[in-house]
Amino acid sequence: MLGIIRQKAFAQSLQRIRPATSAWRGYSSAAKEMTVREALNSALDEEMSADPKVFLMGEEVGEYQGAYKISKGLLEKYGPERVLDTPITEAGFTGIGVGAAYYGLKPVVEFMTFNFSMQAIDHIINSAAKSNYMSAGQISVPIVFRGPNGAAAGVGAQHSHCYASWYASCPGLKVLAPYSSEDARGLLKAAIRDPDPVVFLENELLYGESFPVSAEVLDSSFCLPIGKAKIEREGKDVTITAFSKMVGYALKAAEILAKEGISAEVINLRSIRPLDRPTINASVRKTNRLVTVEEGFPQHGVGAEICASVIEDSFGYLDAPVERIAGADVPMPYAANLERMAVPQVEDIARAAKRACYRSVPMAAV
Amino acid sequence: MALANFSSSSRSNLLKPLAPVLSFAETLRRPISTSTDPLIIETSVPFTFHNCEPPSRSVETNPQELISFFRGMATMRRMEIAADSLYKAKLIRGFCHLYDGQEAVAVGMEAAITKKDCIITAYRDHCTFLGRGGTLLEVFAELMGRQAGCSRGKGGSMHFYKKEAGFYGGHGIVGAQVPLGCGLAFAQKYSKDETVTFALYGDGAANQGQLFEALNISALWDLPVILVCENNHYGMGTAEWRAAKNPAYYKRGDYVPGLKVDGMDALAVKQACKFAKEHVLRKGPIILEMDTYRYHGHSMSDPGSTYRTRDEISGVRQERDPVERIRKVILAHDLATEKELKDFEKEIRKEVDQAIAQAKESPMPEPYELFTNVHVKGLGTEAFGADRKEVRAVLP
Repeated sequence: MLGIIRQKAFAQSLQRIRPATSAWRGYSSAAKEMTVREALNSALDEEMSADPKVFLMGEEVGEYQGAYKISKGLLEKYGPERVLDTPITEAGFTGIGVGAAYYGLKPVVEFMTFNFSMQAIDHIINSAAKSNYMSAGQISVPIVFRGPNGAAAGVGAQHSHCYASWYASCPGLKVLAPYSSEDARGLLKAAIRDPDPVVFLENELLYGESFPVSAEVLDSSFCLPIGKAKIEREGKDVTITAFSKMVGYALKAAEILAKEGISAEVINLRSIRPLDRPTINASVRKTNRLVTVEEGFPQHGVGAEICASVIEDSFGYLDAPVERIAGADVPMPYAANLERMAVPQVEDIARAAKRACYRSVPMAAV
Repeated sequence: MALANFSSSSRSNLLKPLAPVLSFAETLRRPISTSTDPLIIETSVPFTFHNCEPPSRSVETNPQELISFFRGMATMRRMEIAADSLYKAKLIRGFCHLYDGQEAVAVGMEAAITKKDCIITAYRDHCTFLGRGGTLLEVFAELMGRQAGCSRGKGGSMHFYKKEAGFYGGHGIVGAQVPLGCGLAFAQKYSKDETVTFALYGDGAANQGQLFEALNISALWDLPVILVCENNHYGMGTAEWRAAKNPAYYKRGDYVPGLKVDGMDALAVKQACKFAKEHVLRKGPIILEMDTYRYHGHSMSDPGSTYRTRDEISGVRQERDPVERIRKVILAHDLATEKELKDFEKEIRKEVDQAIAQAKESPMPEPYELFTNVHVKGLGTEAFGADRKEVRAVLP
């Protein structure tokens, strides 16, 4: 399995997926480009340099340079006391990370993928998320749990689960999902500096993607606010919310819709918990139509929460039912054609937006 | 018995003051509780050891310490019995796991360490909290869910904490506290504090996988952690021989050294903890198995007599009760009279009753406290009550 990951990581670093040109509109004019991988690496490097209490632990983060090379060079720079290779024992090392946070250190615990976080989920929820509350503020837990989340390519059912809604339902946690390199840098730095437990959901397929970054983003003090979404593309006919890889798809869908005269507003959630309800609602009050997009399973998912929130706060403004695009309600299949059907595609998002605008084919007969 | 050895030949030596010679009667009239003249007492049960050299059976103590052991354990005993009554009176709700019988572990451990060392335990934490410097008021108020509680009423019986005294809880998930304790030790080593962590767990938790995961990492990274198995022989209603293929918990660390200790003897506990602290600061983790016993059932909803006989319980009370043992040692060495000890107990009873009365006066938390401490940094986000159109709050 590691051989495949190594190959894939190599392939990702070579791949330069150019975002659609209009996506560049959202970024200030910048000469520099940075991959998400470089963004995460530089964020970790800067935060470890700035605060000696920050340390990184996880499987293969040290000598292997990181399963996805996110922690490349950190062992050499900070030494084995601050970059720790753990055995394959998530429950054990996550508990150790949380205990270190109790004492006042600032651990960054890496899960090789969030699928393995299920082995440690008791520590994330019961030992980390709830401690500040149960102790009435005595025991704070300044920890970050990070790693790739959701579907990759061809990795099958056990390695493709999206945990955004799982962790986002839990009070006491903050859950972030970066899309671009700017997001990756700003949100990871914010997460490490935040005194509360943060679940940081990356995406394996985005690691190799390149994005323009301004000088401001490159500055070591750069930080993005937790709990604030970003309007990636302004529009007036329909609001499309998305996070992580689906932001890219939503932007592509917006391009297609623009050609057909539909102006879509794309919101990059950035923060799943706290959810930026004001931004989402303000957008829906402007466009009157909403499509939520996520890669994970639909039932009790992020889209369900956004839909409920909009109905509670902006019901009178909706001109159409809320549309939900999500992963198929099945364990992830392996065959490429089935896998393609199991994950949202750009045309799914565009079709749903058209439905919300009453400009599409009727729904398929059930 | 070890006590007999000392009562005859050595007594006169031990009581001889180092300064001017006083008559025996005059010796008694000195205020004994402040004397720190060393006293050597032998543990009645030897240490059993695995992969290490055991500490000596001769424990160095002094009258002041022995009196404080007595007072400490008698207070804990009285507190737990009072909690039993409060629970039956429905002033304590939910879970209530009582520690009476096991007091020697809490008290002996404290005598060997400082408040800079850390202790973390599971849900049977009332006495451990008290040992770390918690007050009776904080205990009773927390049990009754009042503002004066150590967690301001938000935690309950299983979630007592005192971070400034190195007490990290109070955990409800069986076994979770062990990796957390190893994490505390990791942080102590990282910070170069030269302090250690005692991670307590029961015989029921001893079979948890995460314990072995954390132990492996602790041994690999030489963490200054002491895993203390408080073996009261029953994991809820399941006897140790029904749950563990190998109930020799002090040996379960395999490559990690272990010591089995008479957990009803506060002096043996103190010796073992002192030994363990020195060991882990140089050589990585160690396991201490405390052979102890709880008189109550697992919790207040367990009568404790369906899986063990009343004879067994009363037998332990007769022969091994930790408070009685210290009482005997104190009396054997003439450190106090029976009446003085009984007076201590009366005083303690009064203290406990006063604390309960005070706790009853303490109000329940204000409604706004529902939304406090969810985060350290709330970022101004909204949280909702059951009816989100009725109850919304901005997290501070």
